[in-house]
Amino acid sequence: MSAFVWLTILTALRILARNRLRAGLTMLGIVIGVAAVIAMVSIGEGAKRAVQAQIATMGTNVIIIFPGVTSASGVRGSQGSAVTLTVSDALDLKKRIPLLADTGWTRRDVMQIVYGNRNWNGPINGISPSYLTIRDWSFTSGGPFSQTDLDSAARVALIGQTTVENLFEPGEEPVGAVVRIKNVPFRVIGVLAPKGQSAQGSDQDDVIFIPFSTAERKVFGTSFIGSVGAMFGSTDQVEDLPMAAEQIREVLRARHRLQTEQNDDFTIRTQVDLGKVQEGTSETLTMMLFAIASVSLLVGGIGIMNILLVSVTERTREIGVRMAVGAKRHHIMMQFLIEAMTLSLVGGALGIVLGITGAKLTTLIAGWPTIISGNVIVIAFFFSLVVGLFFGLYPANKAARLNPIEALRYE
Amino acid sequence: MSSLIECEDVWKIYRVGDVEVQALRGLSLTIEQGEFVAIMGSSGSGKSTLMNILGCLDQPTKGHYRLNGIEVGNLKPDHLAGIRNQQIGFVFQSFNLIPRTSALENAQLPLFYRGLSLKEQRAQAAAALGRVGLQGREHHYPTQLSGGQQQRVAIARALVTSPSLLLADEPTGNLDTQSSQEIMKILETLNRDEGITIILVTHEVDVAAYAAREIVIKDGQVLSDRVTRARPTSSPVEA
Repeated sequence: MSAFVWLTILTALRILARNRLRAGLTMLGIVIGVAAVIAMVSIGEGAKRAVQAQIATMGTNVIIIFPGVTSASGVRGSQGSAVTLTVSDALDLKKRIPLLADTGWTRRDVMQIVYGNRNWNGPINGISPSYLTIRDWSFTSGGPFSQTDLDSAARVALIGQTTVENLFEPGEEPVGAVVRIKNVPFRVIGVLAPKGQSAQGSDQDDVIFIPFSTAERKVFGTSFIGSVGAMFGSTDQVEDLPMAAEQIREVLRARHRLQTEQNDDFTIRTQVDLGKVQEGTSETLTMMLFAIASVSLLVGGIGIMNILLVSVTERTREIGVRMAVGAKRHHIMMQFLIEAMTLSLVGGALGIVLGITGAKLTTLIAGWPTIISGNVIVIAFFFSLVVGLFFGLYPANKAARLNPIEALRYE
Repeated sequence: MSSLIECEDVWKIYRVGDVEVQALRGLSLTIEQGEFVAIMGSSGSGKSTLMNILGCLDQPTKGHYRLNGIEVGNLKPDHLAGIRNQQIGFVFQSFNLIPRTSALENAQLPLFYRGLSLKEQRAQAAAALGRVGLQGREHHYPTQLSGGQQQRVAIARALVTSPSLLLADEPTGNLDTQSSQEIMKILETLNRDEGITIILVTHEVDVAAYAAREIVIKDGQVLSDRVTRARPTSSPVEA
């Protein structure tokens, strides 16, 4: 760097140090702006990551198919109220669509489950064994049931962590215990590893899985044998999801003999769709952050411009002297631009420190996950530089255009 | 070689609102290298305007001003700044040091705009301060110096670039008698020993007496121009 730029930066720092209070107040806008951006982006990123983790608990490359709604004289029931999807639909889909790695199905009902003198009301899910692999369920003890269990309608159960906590004493081993659902005894053969909250906010660990056939015949007392509450499919590649979903739609429409003018009697959602909803939310959040940051940086920039205009007026004589001894316009311009940028960069640096501290405190106090990304810091720093440059331009130009004679005479 | 300063029918006309003010009215003047000239005149005579033009801070409305043979009249502001930096040193009545900046840094200022290395700037500025007798005061701030000392810093600042022309506008106007004499002695020495051309604006007759030539300005024209003291023939100009 040339001696000129170097000395000018030094001079700028000295002037700031001399007017500490004034400089501090001037920088406040930038400090708050940058700190707000960093703290909020960190919190936003943390929340986004948490949601992504939740979506990932659904399984890998999952497609969910819900039955349609009933309609009686124009009054429509809730989603899944119609019994339009069946086990044979699921089996046929797997046979006809090579993209689908597997299909599974479930039917659920909330029922009382009893163990010894304790009881718990939780969702009982009759499932196909494939459901467990599609949804990536793993076990802390025991293991899954098999196709044989399904074929023979075996009375075996897999239970989730929440259910375990509510039925068993701490430290008691659930595997091998016998629980009763609707007075039917079930042997617990596996305890599921916890998944936590779903992306929709429900507790995924409050769950009991039993073979679909057992549920149908011995627990639910279903009137439509073979009808399912939901079907699941999975693909090997995430890119295949939309294509697989489209093929599922075609196969199901054909199987359900729907005419072209008729609506689907089912709903298909892929994991990608769910991710998009979340992305939309975080985009809104990002836009809001951007708006807040813009306003604070704008206010900060105006503060810098204001104080520089004061400085130019105060130092009119100095500018005159500098011009008399040979400062060219760009020298004067540079001097004030460097002062503006020093203000905004020092403000930006303080803002970064404050923002990171804020994010860390949020994690510490509120327990929210925060992720401080290097990108945000670089961008915030860059923006404070641009703000300094932009709002310094007018005062710097004003200084550079002073008439040396008038500047020297200025009292 | 042409004269250092050649003014030929110089006019300076200001317009204040609807009123036209003729500050200089066809002034002609020649000053040679190595002269020590006092310019006198009452306020409003146009001598300030003349000094601004001679110092390349301003340009004539009409006429010609050549400094070292260069026509200054139609140069751009940045070009003028370059000429001021290379050829002219200014000493002002009110010193015009940059506040809260050390004597050394004040003396460095013109070199700062020459793009010299910091080390060279410091060495030359320290040498210039030495020439005006301020060794050991390099790191004093203007507020820590007396008026006479401040004016000597200003002279060091004017000298540091080895200018061909030193313009002193009432350099003793804010000083007591003793400091005034010190300052005038320094200027006299610079002119006699180093051959620096000095143009001095003053009201005071005893200050003007240090100069070898006295020009009186009135109503924007030269009223009188006389040699008050013979130029030292053996002056070691450009030794």
